[in-house]
Amino acid sequence: MKSLKSSHHALAESFYQLQIIEQSAEQKPFASSLQGCDLYPLRPVALEIFQVNVGKMCNQTCRHCHVDAGPDRKEIMDKDTMRLCLDILRKNPSFTTVDITGGAPEMNPNFRWFVEEINRLGRKIIVRCNLTIIVANKKYNDLPTFFAQHRVEVVSSLPFYSRDRTDRQRGDGVFDDSIKAIQLLNEAGYGMKETGLVLNLVYNPSGAFLPAAQVSLEKDFKQALLTEFGIHFNQLFTITNMPISRFLDYLIQSGNYDRYMDKLIQSFNPAAAAAVMCRNTLSVGWDGYIYDCDFNQMLDLKVQSASQHLREFNSDALMQRHVVINQHCYGCTAGSGSSCGGATI
Amino acid sequence: MSQHYYEAADLNKFGKITDFQKVVGDKFFNWYSEVFKDSALSAKEKSLIALAVAHAVQCPYCIDAYSTDAFEKGYSPAQMMEAVHVAAAIRGGASMVHGVQMMNKVNEISM
Repeated sequence: MKSLKSSHHALAESFYQLQIIEQSAEQKPFASSLQGCDLYPLRPVALEIFQVNVGKMCNQTCRHCHVDAGPDRKEIMDKDTMRLCLDILRKNPSFTTVDITGGAPEMNPNFRWFVEEINRLGRKIIVRCNLTIIVANKKYNDLPTFFAQHRVEVVSSLPFYSRDRTDRQRGDGVFDDSIKAIQLLNEAGYGMKETGLVLNLVYNPSGAFLPAAQVSLEKDFKQALLTEFGIHFNQLFTITNMPISRFLDYLIQSGNYDRYMDKLIQSFNPAAAAAVMCRNTLSVGWDGYIYDCDFNQMLDLKVQSASQHLREFNSDALMQRHVVINQHCYGCTAGSGSSCGGATI
Repeated sequence: MSQHYYEAADLNKFGKITDFQKVVGDKFFNWYSEVFKDSALSAKEKSLIALAVAHAVQCPYCIDAYSTDAFEKGYSPAQMMEAVHVAAAIRGGASMVHGVQMMNKVNEISM
């Protein structure tokens, strides 16, 4: 499967995606939902999580991917941009966590150097590892050991505890490879009691529906994975699929788009709106531009601030900004809320 | 009134039944939400029961709602179909067991 960009699909263009999702504003603009609970304009409360997208290259081409990542994507963060990130982290101790994502971030040739340098700064490091990269090539087989040495928290997508649902979303063979990779992570101490090495799994619905309650899904995942594969992990994060990029394409192709947007809008939860991740996170693109979140990044919606690039980073200006919102934001405020750390309430 | 007795969009208007009778309607929805909470049975188990009952009472709105809900909660298509078979078996069995009544009557009136 090719990325939308490689297949010259109209939805590879962010303005076209925005045109489609903005149509749902006729029903209820996201801004008016925020106004209804005194959250408009949406403002940050802190700069705590520094999320860095180190590139769109990936060994997988998942059907729901909001990054439109894949083996055919060549956009990769260079070492100079990583140095800018490190400089900002040094000068801004409020960023207690660095969240590294992609694509498959491990495919960036400077990934390990970047992790080592962040580790020297004493910040908590999260790596969003797609699991299969660990078994994709010999050069990645030692990733569990590398992660453990640098006390990296590993967050990994496993759409479901059954082969069928996982492979439908992420491609044939992904479930079996993911299980092998989790077993290797467990062998390195990840997800095991008293090691302090954290392995969290991510559940994305494999279709046009919302995640069930995080607590009950976590219970089912733990029971099924332990019984069938002897697998241990710490927490399950449930994440709602955003109506953008490849998932938007799926929604339109399957005739589910209107129903899905209706569901997101009807499920707006003011408590989840108050807890959205863009209030304490900044998202940095492979080319150094700054966004309110990874989803805005994929829609090319840069922060509404004079400080739009790492080169001109200004924490005061960024704290004063208004978060850029659009109809896709309903994805983070539906039901129990959704963030890169799972349900928010 | 539309040209069809059932409209998929009407499912989203379910909450509006309180417009015509608020007191009892509110009580119904409070009771309904309490019924489906995790308790002696989990919310997940209750969802599968609801799916089976939806088929037994042949309510298209309920089938729409609980097919989504049961799948969201993690049931596989095979498990959901088995639940429908259970509903069908009870419906079929309910007819068949009345065959005993028929037999009793026939035996009563025949020589």
